[in-house]
Amino acid sequence: MSALLTISGLTKSFGGLRVTDDLSLSIEECTTHAVIGPNGAGKTTLISQLSGQLRPDAGQIIYADEDITRLDMAGRVHRGLARSFQITTLLPGFSALENVALAVQARRGSSFRFFRAARAEKALNDAALACLEEVGLAAQANRLASELSHGEKRQLELAVALATGPRLLLLDEPLAGTGHDEAEALIALLGRLKSRLTLVLIEHDMAAVFALADQVSVLVNGRLIASGPPARVRSDPAVRAAYLGEEEADPCCASRV
Amino acid sequence: MSIAKGAAPLVILGLTLLPPLASAAGDPFLTVIATRMVIFALAALSLDLILGFGAMVSFGHAAYLGIGAYAVAVLGGMGVTDLGLQMLAAALAATLFALPTGAISLRTRGVYFIMITLAFGQMAYFVFVSFSALGGDDGMALKGYSTLLGLPVLASGTGLFYVSLALLTLALIGLDRITRSRFGRVLRGCRENSLRMQAVGFRPFPFQLTAYVVAAAICSVAGVLLANQALFVSPAYMSWQRSGELIVMVVLGGAGNLIGAVLGALAIVGLEEGLARFSHHWRLGFGLILVLVALYSPGGITGMIRRILPAGRPG
Amino acid sequence: MLNLILLQLINGLQFGILLFLVAAGLTLVFGIMDFINLAHGVLYMVGGYVMAALSAATGNFWLSLVLVLPAMLGIGLLLEAAVFRKLHDRPHLDQVLATFGLVLILSELVKLIWGAAPLSVTLPEALAGSVPLVGPLRYPVYRIAVIAAGLAIALMLWFVIARTRIGMLLRAGAANPAMVSALGVNVNRLFMLVFAVGAMLAGFAGAIVAPILSVDPGMGDSILILTFVVIVIGGVGSVRGAFVAALLVGIVDTMGRIFGPILLKQLLEPAAAAQAGRTLAPMLVYLLMAGVLFWRPSGLFGRSTGA
Ligand SMILES: Nc1ncnc2c1ncn2[C@@H]1O[C@H](COP(=O)(O)OP(=O)(O)O)[C@@H](O)[C@H]1O
Ligand SMILES: [Mg+2]
Repeated sequence: MSALLTISGLTKSFGGLRVTDDLSLSIEECTTHAVIGPNGAGKTTLISQLSGQLRPDAGQIIYADEDITRLDMAGRVHRGLARSFQITTLLPGFSALENVALAVQARRGSSFRFFRAARAEKALNDAALACLEEVGLAAQANRLASELSHGEKRQLELAVALATGPRLLLLDEPLAGTGHDEAEALIALLGRLKSRLTLVLIEHDMAAVFALADQVSVLVNGRLIASGPPARVRSDPAVRAAYLGEEEADPCCASRV
Repeated sequence: MSIAKGAAPLVILGLTLLPPLASAAGDPFLTVIATRMVIFALAALSLDLILGFGAMVSFGHAAYLGIGAYAVAVLGGMGVTDLGLQMLAAALAATLFALPTGAISLRTRGVYFIMITLAFGQMAYFVFVSFSALGGDDGMALKGYSTLLGLPVLASGTGLFYVSLALLTLALIGLDRITRSRFGRVLRGCRENSLRMQAVGFRPFPFQLTAYVVAAAICSVAGVLLANQALFVSPAYMSWQRSGELIVMVVLGGAGNLIGAVLGALAIVGLEEGLARFSHHWRLGFGLILVLVALYSPGGITGMIRRILPAGRPG
Repeated sequence: MLNLILLQLINGLQFGILLFLVAAGLTLVFGIMDFINLAHGVLYMVGGYVMAALSAATGNFWLSLVLVLPAMLGIGLLLEAAVFRKLHDRPHLDQVLATFGLVLILSELVKLIWGAAPLSVTLPEALAGSVPLVGPLRYPVYRIAVIAAGLAIALMLWFVIARTRIGMLLRAGAANPAMVSALGVNVNRLFMLVFAVGAMLAGFAGAIVAPILSVDPGMGDSILILTFVVIVIGGVGSVRGAFVAALLVGIVDTMGRIFGPILLKQLLEPAAAAQAGRTLAPMLVYLLMAGVLFWRPSGLFGRSTGA
């Protein structure tokens, strides 16, 4: 099986700060690849470069055998490379359903249609509702995004990403700030997605990471210090020293942050 | 937008009744004022498409008012007086100016967008100031009114009023549909969060540019009407003060719900004419009203209506 | 010809300095407080009127000029407390509406108090003459004094911004507005200060041009737009940018008006050239602005807003 995503020599600095430091990584189709690392390690910055929001200073991103390093965000989304945001990024004045319906609209037919009311397009709404159902938010479909609870916004964020019809989904801390039950539901959902999508998962919840991931990479100060199957990464002394720390000697039982 | 649904027919109906009321009151000048109101409502409405729905605050929108007005002068000079042809030519000229300048302006954001649109507006202004064949700085008087299907409909005050009102109504209905369409939804989405829209696969630029051009074309039609009302064109139509006034109309009425722009234009033209009858120093009261609305009534006139009538919330 | 160029260069410099005095306060209010103030131009006008009134009352140019400063500071504080303070965290468009209203109010008040006819301010003896520049070329003393005063103020501003704690806050605020409040600074006080000082500088500019131009109710309008052009070319929030851009705009505008027609004469017949040159010259600064924004969408010294 050839890799779906191959990153080589990726480098990005903010001023004097190297946030992505000569990073190379490849991700197989239909696997779940977790990227973990302390706050400020450069995880979000990595996702932003993969999704096209930020231009890397150097390096290359190959996706589905195509060099997409210079491709813009929309172009990547159309090729099936979608992301969710760590900091909720929604359309506050739109209903939950419309937030998702827009993502459906983006890939179904032209958006240069000027007369029919978009809100009444059943095909778009049905597909959007299906995504909301998938994340367990169907009951809130008609509420404004700005009125949802924090946990519900996280669910919506995921529903929007799903509605783009991704092949590779970049998830930036999808569980951050969710309550226990919501998190359980989201983890179950990710478990289901795992079988049909390729996931890149950034997450602080170690239980979730080790339950879901086929591969784990550890990012510290913009560098990969370890990458491999969970069991091997877990026992890597460098990782234990640099990241997992003493109190998480047994990460499987570590509590959620 | 619930407010647009309810208020728009009322406003249009009210306007329809104005000329008979004016002649009943024995004050035909009221029809002239009402025509000005309707023409500026059309211009403000077009600005609302980009300002209210696209968060593109153009400070050069009056340029299109001028382009429309000069289209009448130029075509009229060549003997083409048909209103339809003049509107078509005006819209075409507006499109030709809006396409490149809009594309360049959209490279910038926020305040910079405001200022670069001002720059283009000023350039248009100075081009017409320097065109001595078109009267230059002083402007020029038109030879006659535009004709509708060969008839001198616009020559009568009421004729011009009802033609203007019909065009305003058309624009209101058209823009209402556009802003609810797929296109409009993308435009509104980009207003709320451009990053989110890109992350689901939209490139904002073509949508924003299209809206910019449509707004320009509609505004040029208002310019055609304005030239007919004054039987005169001058670069003053495209001065930056005029552009500022259009923004003020939209904001006073409440941006992003169409009927707000119309109400704002009616209010401003009405206040100007009404207060001027009372006092030489009417601008004092006018300015005070603007300040008070800005301070105490977020969302302008439509915001106020929403607070008074606790009907459905906007959406 | 060379003399003419030199003369116009100095005229442009002097105009640029004036623009800078008006732009300095506006760019800070704009950049740090993210506040769109259309009423900044009328403060310049009010400064001119206050100067005219004071010099008519006291008969003393210098005393009037000194008194303009506290008067404008007071007017600035008053406006801040009455209107601007309430608009801080409101959308830009509300600020546009309110300050547009303020422009109308202040212009009309000025007409109400002093009438619509232009006022003039007479120069003191000492500044009335002219000095030799090069060869037969002479230049009015007063205009040189204006340039010197403007440069002195620019220097003072530079010192405050580069060397003092308030200056540090201003720089931090222009680079990242959220940071100022994160530093635990009383943002409202800072805004009040910036606004009032900005009003004072704009008023001072209006006062010192009063003897050169006449004072009239429209003088704020024309300078406002050029001031916006200046701060946008310079980069919103950058006082250094405002300085560079002000000189650039002042010189381009002045030179364009003089040399535009002369250059056009090579292309057109004289009458047409004079006409076209006179009217196209004002367009130059807008071309300049559009060009700058095309290459640098956030101005010369502006912080880039990212993609
Ligand atoms: N736009 C930016 N400008 C400057 N520094 C940034 C920017 N974005 C992130 N950083 C810095 O880069 C580092 C990595 O940030 P980030 O990728 O968000 O880390 P993580 O997601 O792993 O917590 C941090 O030190 C952060 O302060
Ligand atoms: Mg992060």
